Amino acid sequence: MNASIAITTTPSRSNGDRAFRWLVGGCAALVALALLGAALSMAWGGREAFATFGWKFLISTDWDAVNHRFGALVPVIGTLVTALIAMLIAVPVSFGIALFLTEVAPAWLRAPVASAIELLAGIPSIIYGMWGLFVFAPFMAAHVDPWIDAHLGSLPAIGIFFSGPPLGLGMLTAGIVLAIMVIPFISSVMREVFLTVPARLKESAYALGSTTWEVAWHIVLPYTRQAVIGGVFLGLGRALGETMAVTFVLGNAHQLTASLLMPGNSIAAVIANEFTEADSELYRSSLIALGFLLFVVTFAVLVVARLMLRQMERKQGRA
Amino acid sequence: MIAIPMNDTAYLRSEVLAATALPQASRIAVRDVDFYYGDFHALKRISFEIAPLQVTALIGPSGCGKSTLLRIFNRIYSVYPKQRASGEILLDGENILDPRYPINRLRSKVGMVFQKPVPFPMSIRDNIAWGIRHHEKLGRGEMEARIEQALSSAALWDEVKDKLGQNALSLSGGQQQRLCIARAIALKPEVLLLDEPTSALDPIATGRIEQLIEELKRDYTIVIVTHNMQQAARVSDKTAFMYLGELIEFGDTERIFTKPDKQQTEDYISGRFG
Amino acid sequence: MNISEKLYRRRRLRNAAALALSGCATVFGLFWLLWILWTTLVNGAHALNPALFTHSTPPPGESGGLANALFGSLLISALALAIGAPIGVLAGTWLAEYARRGRLGEFIRFLNDILLSAPSIVLGLFVYALVVKPAGHFSAFAGALALALIVLPIVVRTCDEMLQLVPNAMREAALSLGVPQWKVTVQILWRSARPGIVTGILLALARISGETAPLLFTALNNQYWTAKLDAPMASVPVAIFQFAMSPYEDWHALAWAGALVVTVFVLLLSLAARWYLRRAHVAHD
Repeated sequence: MNASIAITTTPSRSNGDRAFRWLVGGCAALVALALLGAALSMAWGGREAFATFGWKFLISTDWDAVNHRFGALVPVIGTLVTALIAMLIAVPVSFGIALFLTEVAPAWLRAPVASAIELLAGIPSIIYGMWGLFVFAPFMAAHVDPWIDAHLGSLPAIGIFFSGPPLGLGMLTAGIVLAIMVIPFISSVMREVFLTVPARLKESAYALGSTTWEVAWHIVLPYTRQAVIGGVFLGLGRALGETMAVTFVLGNAHQLTASLLMPGNSIAAVIANEFTEADSELYRSSLIALGFLLFVVTFAVLVVARLMLRQMERKQGRA
Repeated sequence: MIAIPMNDTAYLRSEVLAATALPQASRIAVRDVDFYYGDFHALKRISFEIAPLQVTALIGPSGCGKSTLLRIFNRIYSVYPKQRASGEILLDGENILDPRYPINRLRSKVGMVFQKPVPFPMSIRDNIAWGIRHHEKLGRGEMEARIEQALSSAALWDEVKDKLGQNALSLSGGQQQRLCIARAIALKPEVLLLDEPTSALDPIATGRIEQLIEELKRDYTIVIVTHNMQQAARVSDKTAFMYLGELIEFGDTERIFTKPDKQQTEDYISGRFG
Repeated sequence: MNISEKLYRRRRLRNAAALALSGCATVFGLFWLLWILWTTLVNGAHALNPALFTHSTPPPGESGGLANALFGSLLISALALAIGAPIGVLAGTWLAEYARRGRLGEFIRFLNDILLSAPSIVLGLFVYALVVKPAGHFSAFAGALALALIVLPIVVRTCDEMLQLVPNAMREAALSLGVPQWKVTVQILWRSARPGIVTGILLALARISGETAPLLFTALNNQYWTAKLDAPMASVPVAIFQFAMSPYEDWHALAWAGALVVTVFVLLLSLAARWYLRRAHVAHD
């Protein structure tokens, strides 16, 4: 080429193209703004509580609307304990379901059961809450709680976790209801990632004489580990932030007890129950500050979940 | 990467003046064209001229750059941010690679048909009309006439005239490809680019398309990329043989296929590599 | 020989036990879900009557229906879709068409995924701070905005995914006709991806029609029929919450009836969305 310009062509965009590009880009920016705005507005709304109580807000068990003393410890612990119970139940069950639907069940059964579970994941959480309150809590009070109190409550060391009156409402009930809610989510993610395991990998293991269980445990699970953890964290994020299912069955009690049979509270439940009744700025600010804590915790959990799932997608060459 | 629309007309006039020195017979003149996919140098200083109302075939082993070259003629590559071309391609004396050359006018003058038929998800009639509407304001009658004309030129009219309202996806693969050809020629282009237009079709549909190319040659300058050498020999007047991003040999098809100058061409034609 | 025989038997036993357990897990999972559905169906069917759709929510001790709450839910959900779906489609278009690769696109996609699973009560608090507090009163519009924040990421994600599934050949074919890119996007690509996008919107509607938490302190509740967007408005989920938490038997019955209506609506919507997508796929192949 001689001294003339080395032309690199760029598409000569029309005005319409430029305007459209700005429009869609602006809408995409709104997504980021929504998330950022939620975080900032809650930090801002909770500033009065943070300023008044300082770090003590996090470790105080107070919740006294009359004397204006508020602390986050009870609902924070309630949130963590119920979510933990939920995960202890939901993760192994979800793994079983995913295993059943990808390796065990006869082919004709897989699709219908998988869609049934996915469909059930769409049931609104308030339905879980109602069922928990009217059906499951009485069932727990009548049949499960007394048994736990009698058999586990008297054990040394761990007994304090399991002794208490048979109220039906409480941490254990809430945790179980949450578990039922997140099982469809976690099992769907697990099933999907199990399906991405290359057939030749499994076939070569089967060819060596491995049993189905050995293939699942030594081939499928290690291969999909990241995504499985991602799915579990996704479920955890949901369990932490779930409001309605928990609000009905937790008992709304501001007390710190070791017993899982006793009523408690969670961040989401406190906000749902008390926000519209909050009669002072500090009260309301404390509730928003709780919301901020919830946002920060779930954000961290979801970031882990998404990063894990994304790495799996990369592995699949889909991202 | 600037694309400032300065004074278009002044620019074009000066280009036209410059172009008067060129031989008018060549519709498309390719001058020192280089092409890059990111850092990969895919085309190296390609220069040749494409005669009007003839079929020019681009052949060569896969990865030789023949499709890449074809995709420069209507700048369709510019959809992808990392691809860029330099050099000159003169269409009627104007350099179409200049960012100031209006891209949509270029594409209405240079139609393209792709490997796989891609009918738009709409009726057969709208498939043809959609492109026209963006370039011309036609009355109802005129539009119908244009649609019939385009479909007839693409040898599809008789098969679809009773079902113009049907979804184009209901057509067979060969019919879909002829619909795509009709869609391109409905804009009354000067040049038609065919990118392996029969590679997804069965032999009978392929035969129909080749016959159609023969007929279309009367009205359009055609550039076809094909991996099928018999096809190149059957339908083209001129052949360009490319290898590893370079234009090895260009000339009359008959000569290229009977007594090529270059050893590489002969090796490829006779099936010794590629 | 004996040892390997033993080992083999142990492996087989372990396998059988694991597989049996996986079957039990599936039965266990389905058992609860079916129990919940069954309870809703039985209790809801008992409480279903025509008054549900003709009378407004009652004061304590009187009988009534859910007419105002049903209407409110419809209105708020429609408004939420009207706000969230177009923005979602446009944002998804940006991701798929202008930022398919590259850091910024990945970042927005990531934030969208987070928003997708963010606790809905937090979104309610956000809208409270954004709209309710400055305005000084609760409003149906605020409720719709909170639900729109739930619709948005669902639609963004499906639109992004569906547009990415449209083959590049379609873009090139349309662009090669000399049509500006934005018209190609709007008239060809959106049309190609329509079944998927519509499915996404239907699923978003299913999701918000049962959402309660974000409405608690945005749209609040209202005992009376109203169509005023700048005033508190009743919705079925909030009415269910209020009635279920009350001490009155007939309010419980209303709550169950509402629960049944919502559940049936959500399940039908999910089924319809799947059916629509499948049908569209068949038509395309």
